[in-house]
Amino acid sequence: MTTVVEPDWKNELSAELDETWHSPPGLREWISTVDHKRIGMRYFYLGMVFFVVGGVQSLLIRMQLAGPDLDLLSPEAYNQLFTMHGITMMFLFAMPVLSGFGNYFVPLMIGARDMAFPRLNAFGFWVLLGAGIFMYSSFAIGQAPNNGWFNYLPLAGAEFTPGINIDFYSLGLIFLGISSTGGAINFIVTILKLRAPGMTLNRIPIFVWGELAMALQIVFALPALTLGAVLLTLERKFGFHFFDEAGGGDPLLWQHLFWVFGHPEVYIVALPGFGIASAIIPTWCRRPMVGYTYIVIGELAVALVGFGVWVHHMFSVGLSNITLSFISLASFMVVIPSGLQVFAWLATLVSGRPKLSSAMWFVLGFIMIFVVGGVTGAMFAAVTLDQALTDSYFVVAHLHYVLVGSAVFPIFAAIYHWGPKMTGRLLDERLGKVSFWLMFIGFNVAFFPQHFLGLLGMPRRVYTYQEGVGWDAHNLASTIGAFVLALGALVTMVNWYRSKQRGAVAGNDPWNGETLEWYTSSPPPHYNFVTVPTIRSREPMWDQPELAGGAQAPPEGGRPLTGGHVTLSTSLLDARPQAIVHMPHATPWPFYFSVALTVLFFMILVELWYIAVLAAVASVMTMVGWYWPRHETQET
Amino acid sequence: MRGWGARRHQGRARRIVFAGPVPVTALALLLLTACSDDSPSVLRPRSEAAERVEGLWWLTFWTSVVVVLLVTAFIVQAVRRGRAVAAEDAEQGAEEGIDTRPVPWGPPFIVIAGLVVSGAVLAGTFVVSLRTLDALAGPSGDPALTIEVIGRNWWWEVRYPNGAVTANEIHIPVGRTVEVKLSTADVIHSFWVPQLNVKQDQVPGMDNRIELLAKEPGRYRGQCAEYCGLQHARMVVYVEAEPPEQFDQWLAREAAPAAAPTSPTASTGRDILLRSSCAGCHTVRGTSAAGTLGPDLTHVASRQTIAAGTLPLERGPLADFVRNAQEAKPGATMPPTEVAPEELSAIVDYLMGLE
Repeated sequence: MTTVVEPDWKNELSAELDETWHSPPGLREWISTVDHKRIGMRYFYLGMVFFVVGGVQSLLIRMQLAGPDLDLLSPEAYNQLFTMHGITMMFLFAMPVLSGFGNYFVPLMIGARDMAFPRLNAFGFWVLLGAGIFMYSSFAIGQAPNNGWFNYLPLAGAEFTPGINIDFYSLGLIFLGISSTGGAINFIVTILKLRAPGMTLNRIPIFVWGELAMALQIVFALPALTLGAVLLTLERKFGFHFFDEAGGGDPLLWQHLFWVFGHPEVYIVALPGFGIASAIIPTWCRRPMVGYTYIVIGELAVALVGFGVWVHHMFSVGLSNITLSFISLASFMVVIPSGLQVFAWLATLVSGRPKLSSAMWFVLGFIMIFVVGGVTGAMFAAVTLDQALTDSYFVVAHLHYVLVGSAVFPIFAAIYHWGPKMTGRLLDERLGKVSFWLMFIGFNVAFFPQHFLGLLGMPRRVYTYQEGVGWDAHNLASTIGAFVLALGALVTMVNWYRSKQRGAVAGNDPWNGETLEWYTSSPPPHYNFVTVPTIRSREPMWDQPELAGGAQAPPEGGRPLTGGHVTLSTSLLDARPQAIVHMPHATPWPFYFSVALTVLFFMILVELWYIAVLAAVASVMTMVGWYWPRHETQET
Repeated sequence: MRGWGARRHQGRARRIVFAGPVPVTALALLLLTACSDDSPSVLRPRSEAAERVEGLWWLTFWTSVVVVLLVTAFIVQAVRRGRAVAAEDAEQGAEEGIDTRPVPWGPPFIVIAGLVVSGAVLAGTFVVSLRTLDALAGPSGDPALTIEVIGRNWWWEVRYPNGAVTANEIHIPVGRTVEVKLSTADVIHSFWVPQLNVKQDQVPGMDNRIELLAKEPGRYRGQCAEYCGLQHARMVVYVEAEPPEQFDQWLAREAAPAAAPTSPTASTGRDILLRSSCAGCHTVRGTSAAGTLGPDLTHVASRQTIAAGTLPLERGPLADFVRNAQEAKPGATMPPTEVAPEELSAIVDYLMGLE
């Protein structure tokens, strides 16, 4: 590589910013960091660890179902595995990894020096880790949650599941909800208030819109789940009767609370994936996204209408037909905004000059798979067809087409597209394509036959099935496909490791990208940008040549913002500079707080109330420590 | 609408159409396994209700095929363009830059395809689906017979108005409307016999119902569709549709008290059964056994399976199940029976005589 001679002013600014933002190495610093990029990486790595764990669970499940009447897993082990597979993939893989990309790239894409609440951000990660350990410790005593991620009552009540399996579930989800809620609020404030000057609402990158839509959904959907989990804990531990029919409660109350959250949850996982596709397509098609406005409206409309369709998970419980008709209509309607996005992607693809990189292949795979999941989704909007196919393997096929399509494939696309920014090194393109084809073929072999299984009458969540019902061959194909899919994912993980060891150096902008993450070095410095740029376009890197040097010069609008741990706050609609915001320094208090909370939840679990009270007091004390006024800066 | 469902020979066309997104390997495997005749397939309806559902399926299926093909065409075009562009770039020795010219056809295309056409298709499907919902809503006149099906962990209790009580095998007369009242004794179950109707959940405190109206005689398989715990997988139900006269005979027989033992060992078996723990959970009408936790055994030998479709009703499997139900159905309510081998044999003799 040739040495680029940087202008003096840039070197001086870098040195000064480094002085301000630099943090010393060491264990204390490791638990104290509030850098959104390091936190984002941690979310990503932890999420990928859970992806492997959830993947191994799915392979065990598929091995048990490879043939009729197999005996690899006991019914109890199977039920725990399929339950934890769902919980893991939704809560511990997809949400963390997508939040991880959000954490890493939202501040970069909007030209901010960090998230709005860096300490809350660090806290969110530590709580995720604590909640993950909490839920997985259930395996250590062989009592993992075993009633599915939907956890219907009365089966999940103390009468039919007397063990502490379900307490791990309900307390774990309450605990985890703290992390998701804090993270969502952080995204909303960051996106609305910390954008670079000039980044008006209609210049926000679509990926950032996707994260915003996701965050808004989390804030409004998650309380229903948390409420449900709290009521369930009260019912199980203290004999309340919220869901107990004999005691005047209603088992359907749980279903409503769960699905008021559970259906938006699908979009919470899907919307960032849509956003990733929208970040990748323009770069690799070398043209701005056709129909930006339609995509943004589409994402927000999905987030809104997504709250009106929860009852289509309950079409067979015996509600009135008038209820079903309204929800059916909403369920048909929610297809439209998703369709708008698909057609905008297609228009961009065929009107641009696409380069078939690994990232691009994963996006093309995502569109194909997601569309198949989408059309089967429309089938479930038709009430009677839903009543025929719900709770059969057709749903298993459908939900994997939707979720693997809109979360896993975009995540893998992002690994190839953004990995070089995160590690500074390129991934191997040849391995990337091998990985894609293995995953794409494996996925379809695994899940397409499950449509037939559903039509052939095979219910879901069964630990085995009988010979002679005509389900054997499809199940065997599905098992083979699952292993091919896993192999494909493994190839990308190996690729990531190799690239970190000896990948080619990426440089600031290896793909000639259009958004601001390509403005800075790879990986970016602690302070993200030497100068916070002024934005004059939706594709600043394409339209503002002065950004190419990695530091917009002050005369052209670049703001160095030296002389303190600060970032710029701008107005909500048109991003006019409003204030210099002091950012908090690294601190271990969020870590201590999450440790205290972890102890608290374990103590509630085992009903050691005295220690639980102590842990609660300790939690409050850590908050005091967190907010204790210090001299050097105004801390938030 | 019936036209959609009337022809069943579209199976091959269906697979070929889907070949686009589906890899060759999956296709080959699927073609090898043309639908088995034993499958309780939604696509082999044997009632008017199930036919209507099948009609809706084919409508949405073909619409879906069109959508998927359209998207596939775009993706294929993008890939072809990508290949051509790569060749051009290689020829020129340099990559072409960013093309920021607007795409005039883009926004109208998005609105027409994504909003107007999609909206019309979805609205049309919605209207058709409402008509199907209305048609299935029932009740379609007075039912010829009303029975109760109670979901239990993990089997089905079936009660007829004349006092007959059986389990897991529901007999109905062909061509007559049978109303099924659905309830549960414990957790939520879901009654699903795909060839006869959609599924309906059995929820504590709710009075759900479903109609069964079989067009032709047959043995239709169903299975619990709502996850209900450890043995959700082994909760099979059969609907036996038979000509009305045959059904009437069956029903009269089922209502009668249990047959007296016809051999000395069977007689011994009955005595053991009555004084052992068996009688605490099972009823044998006409004897002192009046337990209600397990299936009514008065005419157990008239059934074809035991343990909700888990095992065939034959001496060997029945003896194994009586000895230790936990082997075939771990977690089932029935505990192992502690009896000597000859006592077990006597009990099985007695049970096999309870036609």
